[in-house]
Amino acid sequence: MKLVIIDYGTGNIKSIQLAFKRLGVDAILTSNISAIQSADRIIFPGVGEASSAMRMLKSKKLDCIIPNLTQPVLGICLGMQLMCNYTEEGETEGLGIFDVKVRHFNKVVKVPQIGWNTINNLKSELFVGINENEYMYSVHSYYAENCKETIANSVYHIGFSAALHKNNFYGVQFHPEKSSAKGEQLLKNFMKL
Amino acid sequence: MLTKRIIPCLDIKNGRTVKGVNFIDLKDAGDPVFLAKQYADMGADEIVLLDISATLEGRKTMRNIVLNVAEHINIPFTVGGGISSIDDVSEMLNCGADKISINSSAIKRPDLINELSQKFGSQCITVAIDAKKIGSEWVVHTTGGTIATNLNLFNWAKEVEQRGAGELLFTSMTNDGTKSGFANEALAKLSKTVNIPIIASGGAGIKKHFVDVFKKGKADAALAASIFHYGNLTIVDLKRILKQQNIQVRL
Repeated sequence: MKLVIIDYGTGNIKSIQLAFKRLGVDAILTSNISAIQSADRIIFPGVGEASSAMRMLKSKKLDCIIPNLTQPVLGICLGMQLMCNYTEEGETEGLGIFDVKVRHFNKVVKVPQIGWNTINNLKSELFVGINENEYMYSVHSYYAENCKETIANSVYHIGFSAALHKNNFYGVQFHPEKSSAKGEQLLKNFMKL
Repeated sequence: MLTKRIIPCLDIKNGRTVKGVNFIDLKDAGDPVFLAKQYADMGADEIVLLDISATLEGRKTMRNIVLNVAEHINIPFTVGGGISSIDDVSEMLNCGADKISINSSAIKRPDLINELSQKFGSQCITVAIDAKKIGSEWVVHTTGGTIATNLNLFNWAKEVEQRGAGELLFTSMTNDGTKSGFANEALAKLSKTVNIPIIASGGAGIKKHFVDVFKKGKADAALAASIFHYGNLTIVDLKRILKQQNIQVRL
């Protein structure tokens, strides 16, 4: 099975590749369109700022390619946020896969949220073997609102989408590659979808 | 609910863990990769690797250690020590580090904080601050705590936040090594001063100190080295106590 991690210039994707390596899966880092289109599974990562990440996607023409992919795609963190309609970060239009807006946390809590938070109302094969209220590791200042595509909730002052799903597209706000054994379980589940 | 984090710190010099470590069944007390893996398996929420090498050779070794740790552990880790440029940060992130921490280089050239957070995102930039209480004032120190600056802890923390740091790591030099508890009063004030997460460091001696640092010091995370290294306290035992005290932890 060919796994591709989309490499469009945002930092910190090495850790995703290494997480799959621990699971015995060789992941290819690439921004090559035909390599992405021919993969069996695709990870859409993202760390950093939304508007500049979106610019980098556009400069590689990936903004047109990603929404038309038909194989399972997993967006992680900013990757998931860019799959939404719109994010308040840099007032950025997203890829419009998930019909939801991404907002900034209210400053009644510390921003960014950094650390291990519980996920619940799990509604997807992505969570096979993962219990309600399992802890996952997140680092983020923006969140996707709850919506009909939400398949896991989390709460940080306000309730938000910890994961989203529509057709072949999945997104998680947390970092499964850094969320210990249960995060690795999620990555394994993704490979089996 | 978001939990409080427990973070062991490994001091590394020329590729070896410096402080003595005394785990049961320990095969190599000086191997940072092995130790990091042990801590991750024992329930640490994150790990900090601090490079205290003074030589270029030592720095090169650190690169391999980071790569090796990233291959072996499945929780986040931060790398600090001797990082002073965009290239340094790029290199560490490319080796698989999740966050980097800067200290003296930020004091020397504060614009570095802005540049790094713009380039890599605030979420991976931790600014470490070493401060000592002199009279009634908390004075920031640089270069491994050896040189006093004219910066006040709270003013510098505010500036660091405004410049884009995602997190603060505050080490109280007054408490460090005393095993008499964290600097809870200063920590609580720091939490009111800034709105980014704060990692408390310096002073951990017994379990109760961790209860206090979260309840009184309002810290988001607590970092310690020797209390874990010498096997006085396991992370699981500590977390059980914290949970009994109604402090949210990942168990």
